[in-house]
Amino acid sequence: MTAASLDLNRGPLAHLSQGTRSVVYRLLAMALIAAAMSFASEAFLTSNNLLNVLRQASLLFLLASGLTLVILTAGLDLSVGANVALSACLAATVIKGTGSVALGVAAGLGAGSLVGLANGLLVTLLRIPPFIATYGMLWILHGVTYWFMKGETIHGFPPAFRAVGSGYWLGVPIPVYVMLLFLAAGIVFAQRTTWGQEIYAIGANPEAARLSGVPVRRRLVLVYVASGAMAGLASLIFLARLNSAEGDIGETLTLPAIAAVLIGGTSLFGGVGSMLGTLVGAVILTLVLNFMNLLTINANWQPLVTGVIVVLAVFLDNLTRKGDSR
Amino acid sequence: MHDAVTAAPAPNFLERLQRAGSAGGAAIVLLVLFAVFALAGRNFLTPGNLVNIAMQSTILLLLALPMTLIILTEGLDLSMGAVLTLCNVVLALVAVKTGALAPALAAALAVGLAFGLLNGTLVAALRIPPFVATLGTLGVAQGLALVVTDGQSVVGIPDAVQQMNSGLWFGLLPPPIAIAALAYLAMHLLLYQTRFGAYVFALGGNREALTLAGIHARGNLIAVYVLGGLMAGLAALLLTARINAGHPTAAIGMEFDAIAAVAVGGTSFERGKGWLLGTVLGVLAVGVLRNGLNLMSVPSSVQVSAIGVLVIVALLIDAFRGDRR
Repeated sequence: MTAASLDLNRGPLAHLSQGTRSVVYRLLAMALIAAAMSFASEAFLTSNNLLNVLRQASLLFLLASGLTLVILTAGLDLSVGANVALSACLAATVIKGTGSVALGVAAGLGAGSLVGLANGLLVTLLRIPPFIATYGMLWILHGVTYWFMKGETIHGFPPAFRAVGSGYWLGVPIPVYVMLLFLAAGIVFAQRTTWGQEIYAIGANPEAARLSGVPVRRRLVLVYVASGAMAGLASLIFLARLNSAEGDIGETLTLPAIAAVLIGGTSLFGGVGSMLGTLVGAVILTLVLNFMNLLTINANWQPLVTGVIVVLAVFLDNLTRKGDSR
Repeated sequence: MHDAVTAAPAPNFLERLQRAGSAGGAAIVLLVLFAVFALAGRNFLTPGNLVNIAMQSTILLLLALPMTLIILTEGLDLSMGAVLTLCNVVLALVAVKTGALAPALAAALAVGLAFGLLNGTLVAALRIPPFVATLGTLGVAQGLALVVTDGQSVVGIPDAVQQMNSGLWFGLLPPPIAIAALAYLAMHLLLYQTRFGAYVFALGGNREALTLAGIHARGNLIAVYVLGGLMAGLAALLLTARINAGHPTAAIGMEFDAIAAVAVGGTSFERGKGWLLGTVLGVLAVGVLRNGLNLMSVPSSVQVSAIGVLVIVALLIDAFRGDRR
């Protein structure tokens, strides 16, 4: 025990649980980053820009929220970006073909969930390590989407559908409401339901969870389906905002989504983390990328910065949990 | 103390049988693919095309060999394709500037070495899970490749580099084939005849024992990733010569082909079990699959789906073997 960590335990936040404290620290970090940025760029602290940040962060959060559940079980889903691409393209095709937004939404959500189910079965029934199974799935989806789209672009959707991505209600972007809805649902699910608690238990110690009667395989399938379904939902909002779909739509979102989860304090080793943390992680990452945009830094730098952030986040997580595991 | 792990123990009968089993699996996959395309594709079974498959497979082999070692340590290197891409553009830039091969290759190897060291340090010293550490460095390498080229192709590759693809050594040997054969030989000796090779198997199968025996596990683990980086640098020479350019997305995703080749070759993602010759068969299987689909004019982006299915099948076989053990 170092003096610093003792101080933290005695400090003004001592009455809070460790999880809550970790979120509070991340909120403080977020505020500091935002403050620093507002000094560096005048365009940063405008309501337009901040609403834009929130809109982007909400898409990232939706994708990262399902992923959070997966990572809580010490798993990983590398296929979320490719899943977004496939779901968006399917939804776009159905909306164009049938003229029905409802059918398109069902197609997007259904495709996303099915991909999640496939991941879950590969991981549980065939016992393939999650990062390999979902990595293989990534490339399978990549190919299927290209074969399906044949290099074409689908664009021009009904205004009612586009509003989901680019509309406002009471001055706030609509995706933000969707995000808040799923944030609340996610928190309740993870913290207040038996299933949620079982997911934490599986991540903390799968053997102990199994012995205490948790249906481990079924819960694992559930988290991969949730991740797939959220990818399907994110794909719809992405599609509505861009108003066009190509074979590679959303494919680059995997790394940022993983980054958001890890920045948010969810541990890759499972059992530790929270939905609220992931939201803060999504906002922090979006702030950084937005700031680079404002400084007109070439977008080519974005994968580099995101990659560094991923590694840093895991490294810091390891530091704070030193001696805990492994 | 060191005696316990100085060399890989001679395989007993059961292990030999198991190796033969995985060899059979990889060979069967290769033969089936070969037969299917020989029957279905009209231009598949021509001498020119078979040479083409061999030539195309050399770059993949250079990646898949060190990937085998990395996976044997229960690791993974998702950054290999992006690092190869970065080495490709760096090699192209230096070659265009200097007009010579040696400094360009040196620069590519240096980039590969740097990323190998970075990956190894993140995994071994900072204990970041390999698939996340290398996913992070994938982003870094891809970003750098885009930044140094500003998203543009690098053209005007000098003859000295092009000769690595179109020339012949001693009047009969295409350089890529020679380099790939030498690389296999070197890697085989390294894995099966040296103490380092024994450590590689132990890092995946029994890391605890390695540490208890007083072996510097971290150093050896870093060395495995450094090997991966250096081979990506070498592969960049063949890639640049082949495509006659540097391109910021030239080999993005190629790590998947390499991982697929290793999986098809019968190396397990857990338990530190595998063999190097199987990887060669795996590389040929992926090469035949891509070539055959090319002849049927299936776009490259769609080919990866087939490779993905191939990987799942290989892992299924692996899972079966694991169950029966």
